[in-house]
Amino acid sequence: MSPVSAPTTIEDVERRLRERRYIGDRALATSIFLALQLKKPLFIEGEAGVGKTEAAKVMADVLGARLIRLQCYEGIDLAHAVYEWNYPRQLLHIRLMGEGQDRRVAEREIFSSEFLLRRPLLDAIDNDDATPPVLLIDEIDRSDEEFEAFLLELLSEFQVSIPEIGTIKARQVPFVVITSNRTREVHDALKRRCLYHWIDYPDLDKEVEIVRARAPEAADGLAREVAALVQGLRGMDLYKVPGVAETLDWARSLAALGATQIDATLVNATMGAALKYQEDLERVREQVPALVEKARRA
Amino acid sequence: MCASRCLPWSKRRGVPEVDLLPRLGAFARLLHDAGLEAGPRRLTDATRALGFIDLKQHADFRNALRAVFVSRKEDIPTFEAAFDIFWAPPDPRATAGVIPGRNRSLPLSPERAKAWVNALGLNSSQMNREHDPKEFPASSSGYSAEELLRHKDFEEMTWAETEQVRRLLEQAPWRVAERKTRRLRPSRSGRIDLRRSARHAIRSSGELMNLFRRKPRVRRRPLVLICDVSGSMERYSRLLMIFAHAIGRREDLEAFVFSTRLTRITRLLRQRDLDRALDSVSKTVHDFSGGTRIGEAIGDFNRRWARRVLGHGAVVIIVSDGWDRGDPAQLTAELIHLRRSAHRLIWLNPLLGSEGYEPLTRGMAAALPLCDDFLAAHNVDALEDLGRLLASLDSRTSR
Repeated sequence: MSPVSAPTTIEDVERRLRERRYIGDRALATSIFLALQLKKPLFIEGEAGVGKTEAAKVMADVLGARLIRLQCYEGIDLAHAVYEWNYPRQLLHIRLMGEGQDRRVAEREIFSSEFLLRRPLLDAIDNDDATPPVLLIDEIDRSDEEFEAFLLELLSEFQVSIPEIGTIKARQVPFVVITSNRTREVHDALKRRCLYHWIDYPDLDKEVEIVRARAPEAADGLAREVAALVQGLRGMDLYKVPGVAETLDWARSLAALGATQIDATLVNATMGAALKYQEDLERVREQVPALVEKARRA
Repeated sequence: MCASRCLPWSKRRGVPEVDLLPRLGAFARLLHDAGLEAGPRRLTDATRALGFIDLKQHADFRNALRAVFVSRKEDIPTFEAAFDIFWAPPDPRATAGVIPGRNRSLPLSPERAKAWVNALGLNSSQMNREHDPKEFPASSSGYSAEELLRHKDFEEMTWAETEQVRRLLEQAPWRVAERKTRRLRPSRSGRIDLRRSARHAIRSSGELMNLFRRKPRVRRRPLVLICDVSGSMERYSRLLMIFAHAIGRREDLEAFVFSTRLTRITRLLRQRDLDRALDSVSKTVHDFSGGTRIGEAIGDFNRRWARRVLGHGAVVIIVSDGWDRGDPAQLTAELIHLRRSAHRLIWLNPLLGSEGYEPLTRGMAAALPLCDDFLAAHNVDALEDLGRLLASLDSRTSR
């Protein structure tokens, strides 16, 4: 990968995001730019499917950096996030060494980096990349408080202690992006270390632009109608409001069916791309003709 | 990169304009007063951040300060309002940088003005709102059309009474039943712990002499309390708030109140001091003793909060007498949805304590078949019964 220079202005960030077909707003570009300049983690929150993870992926590409992704889940612990020893290999190795070996020599041998399974966080800290990697800590709201506390420590020191090896300190600090769907409140102490950005649902024009950029197979008229349709759905009283990801899925589904514009039959047949609850589907079904009518006029 | 292009940039990188710093400090204090975290660390970050942007770009200036000072979505409207007030261009009608007081109109949109009033804990009437004359809808039917924006006075309860009730509640055996988590801890039984077993085997030349085991750690279930504070519940509201405060101190509690609309009071209850907690609740909740729309309130909860607070096998407690002026069909639909995402759904009804009560109100009749448990909640005794139920909760009762 050829070295890429870091963005020098907000406009520069905006332009590079756009080149990679990520349609963000100026506020997001500002937050990214400042996070890079101040070397602080960026905490991105927003409803599901508004492009939080995508922002981090595009950032890695913008910076010409490696993307290291840690997907959080309930019960994630250090063995899955930082490192683990490769026990089966260690045992095998010690058996092969046979009797009579000095135990201390043997231990030194098997507790070396050769037997270390490096998980994403260690990988991000112990890196020799030409450009500091982008560390994406995805959906942190799924992890638990213990893990959050650990992250807090990691993000302030950027070092990891492995008893058998010693402390590994980052030679270059990765660009950290943390995302959350807000299924629970993340502790303030962690957020305080970060710059914060809330990604909202885009307005109609922006959403049309996103569909055109990310689902180019959808005809221009179709892109606009689908975006308008989803905008209409967002105004309804639903259990799960469709995100931008759903708009894209829907536009792609319709394009795959060869549609160039929407009608009530098509919408009824493909609505599952955007609505994920039975109650929501039923509620919307009654109003499909009106919604279609409105979307086609948008 | 060419050096000549970088030069003006690096010049800008120093400390921003000299007179900006004290202004920024004052702005941070304003945010602090409005309840945002705006300590020295954030102020330092803000100062540094401003060194990287073009201060003449008003939007960038605002975006940069927002990225630094805001750390949750709820604070965004407060921040925007504070920004509008503080950095407003000079205007004869509003002096920038002054906390809103009486008889002064503000350069704010109605939504922002509202956020600001809430954040500062001001009474709505303390702000002169020329933009929003229809905040108090004319009372037409006597019922909910007027969303009684009156502040319920908690001070009526004597300090001694409060202390008595609180002590009783704090002594109650509040232990919520546990659930298995996905975290593991060492144990005599359970799955094999390869990590520990292998570590010990290495000491004995790779011979697995002992197998160590581990099993899931247990944790108490989170509690979600949804309290009706409408007119018919008036007599119990105070007791219920004290109850919520008492358990909130010890348990993982999310608390909401509703009469015509739903308000989250979790953070307000976290204050250690009961009186201050109750005071902030009464200031924030504007429809104490208004009418009831249970179905709408639960629906609001399902849409806005369920995904955020019902993880980890939560137990949901609804406290209401079931006097509902809303649509019973809506209540049924929303309860079905709520029941599906909760580990257990408990309905507390203060009227159940009175003799000869039968759950015949429309709301109660709709709700009854959907709840796992139906209990009284009219005095401390009844709340202790609830405590015993919570401690013994395991799986769902058959319905």
